[in-house]
Amino acid sequence: MQITSPRFKLNAREAIADPQLQRALAHVQVGFIEKRSKAAGKLPEFDALRDSSRDIKNHTLANLDLYLEAYEARVTEAGGHVHWAVDAEEARKIILNICQEAGARRVTKGKTMVAEEIALNPYLEERGLEVVETDLGEYIVQLRKEAPSHIIAPAIHVNKDQIEADFRRFHTDLPPERNLEAPETLLAEARGVLRDRFLTADVGITGANFLIAETGTSIIVTNEGNGDLTQTLPRVHIVLASLEKITPTLEDVSQLLRVLARSATGQEMSVYTTFSTGPRRPGDPDGPEEYHVVLLDNGRSGMLGTQFQDMLRCIRCGACMNHCPVYHAVGGHAYGWVYPGPMGAVLTPSLVGVDKAGHLPNASTFCGRCEQVCPMHIPLPKMMRHWREREFERHLAPASARWGLRFFAFFAKRPALYRPLAGLAMRTLGALGRAKGRFRRLPLAGGWTSKRDFPAPEGKSFQAQWAQRRSGR
Amino acid sequence: MTSSRETVLKAVRRSLQADSRDRAAGEAVEARLAEAPAGVVPARARRPHEEQIGLFIEMAEAVDATVERVDRTDAVPGRVADYLRSRNLAHSIVHGADAWIEELPWQTEPALERRQGRAMGDEQAGFSRAFGGIAESGTLVLTSGPDNPTTINFLPEYHIVAIRAEDIDGDYETVLARIRESYGKGRMPRLLNMITGPSRSADIQQTLLLGAHGPRRLHIIVVG
Ligand code: SF4
Repeated sequence: MQITSPRFKLNAREAIADPQLQRALAHVQVGFIEKRSKAAGKLPEFDALRDSSRDIKNHTLANLDLYLEAYEARVTEAGGHVHWAVDAEEARKIILNICQEAGARRVTKGKTMVAEEIALNPYLEERGLEVVETDLGEYIVQLRKEAPSHIIAPAIHVNKDQIEADFRRFHTDLPPERNLEAPETLLAEARGVLRDRFLTADVGITGANFLIAETGTSIIVTNEGNGDLTQTLPRVHIVLASLEKITPTLEDVSQLLRVLARSATGQEMSVYTTFSTGPRRPGDPDGPEEYHVVLLDNGRSGMLGTQFQDMLRCIRCGACMNHCPVYHAVGGHAYGWVYPGPMGAVLTPSLVGVDKAGHLPNASTFCGRCEQVCPMHIPLPKMMRHWREREFERHLAPASARWGLRFFAFFAKRPALYRPLAGLAMRTLGALGRAKGRFRRLPLAGGWTSKRDFPAPEGKSFQAQWAQRRSGR
Repeated sequence: MTSSRETVLKAVRRSLQADSRDRAAGEAVEARLAEAPAGVVPARARRPHEEQIGLFIEMAEAVDATVERVDRTDAVPGRVADYLRSRNLAHSIVHGADAWIEELPWQTEPALERRQGRAMGDEQAGFSRAFGGIAESGTLVLTSGPDNPTTINFLPEYHIVAIRAEDIDGDYETVLARIRESYGKGRMPRLLNMITGPSRSADIQQTLLLGAHGPRRLHIIVVG
């Protein structure tokens, strides 16, 4: 996928000016937030489960090599194949190779963000394979030649009338006068069109929400059932998963499942939670004859042992973006790569480099809601701050920002100078702004005042008030 | 040439400074895999069995499954036939080789056509028996194999599932422990499907619609 993260600011401005997108984004703010909070409220143990989930992942990450080896051994025992991929390029090649060995022409896909990460579809298509996305949202964005804009609701940026127009454009063998007014008819049409694709696919590719070391099992969690048809009907099933999906045991995964759906869609449990272990067995009347797992690193091993290790706890529930005011305003595409929202702002610089994605950690108001709702207690704001610091250290921040901060630091480190200067600045600003109580324009603060007024300070500085209160006691 | 496997594992070990990790770490991993300690189990799952059955039914209905309960196994064929009639469906089902299903008194429903085997995609209704039920979320647990082929869970528009009341447990952990008992420690059926309600999608403007790619309707018959 083409990375457009370097032009985040421009992307964001365009997104805010796009009326279709703004209409669609209105749905994020109401639905998800309310449903999550209801589901969490109904389970008194929800917070204890979050703690337990965090601890499980911390333990797993600290011993990731050992769990990976245990997992691999179990997959092999069950008759599956594990392929290790250092980077995206290698993962693509492995998958192409499996498809070619199987003589595949048509490949169906369940929803997988890792496949987006390695830009799998164009690679396979350029090499003559037909790739069909089967998750309804993914199918819609595939028709539109777009990328998903949300990790669990890929087509959240699209409105119903746009979907209707797309279906009319692509499903040309259906009667043009058909009525597609109701959302139900759109769903039924997609079901009908995709049914045939499922039944005639040669290879099915899915992601994995979890990999279980105890049993060599991969798990997908879905609502539509498309992932199951994708992996059950073709002759070959390929699971594409990144390293950090490993979870030790069935008990551990039970903890994670209890927080996943509740945080994501506010369901107690998603409709289909499917545990797959190896290929078809003797006597099985259905299921794939081959079962492959492609284990992708692509930068994760480098995050271990750093201040970004915590990010690898992420279970891709999407709660952080559902609750993010920046995401609400600009949607997912503005982030310019696969992973949007707060989790993307932390993960993208780790995976593609801070030079390309340096703007993303700045796309935050530091309101802290993402961390509050993250089921894995990932300190997203703190990690965005780490990235800002790194960006600063590497001189990637604009010169004005660097000089400004240096200027501030000089005084901040010298309280004897800072206090009188801050007091003077406040009195000056206060006097100048007294009439209106706010400034429409301020020198050196155009970035702020071009969008909103700057309130004129009232009274004394915090430090002065603090000193007064303490001496008053 | 080092394999990618080694490259990745080496990189992971380097980052984790695995060399200086003490032996206790490896032992802790072994122990966790061997003992699989349980974590937090919601109180709502730990109730007397009869209440668990009630909770299972309540939770399954809350996610749009329809549920009925019968006292005796003998009643099942009649209920299946009634369900098909009430929905105006073709009077036929596909089901697997499950001995429990085979032994049901199907002769009481002579008009009902049955085919044994996997689903092919042209059946209106499929019939399965669940391995277990999970009360805390109204979830059915089905296992793959000739007894209850996976395709039956996903291809037909209507999925009818029978579950014996004694197979309903409170929580995931209990059912998964039973799987461990049946298949052996560290082993699993090829496929284990946890199914919570009929298929759905909210991908069109965040409106929840039933019947995406899997069954449009899920009907559960609790037996006993
Ligand atoms: S960072 Fe947390 S809230 Fe965001 S997707 Fe990951 S687990 Fe969910």
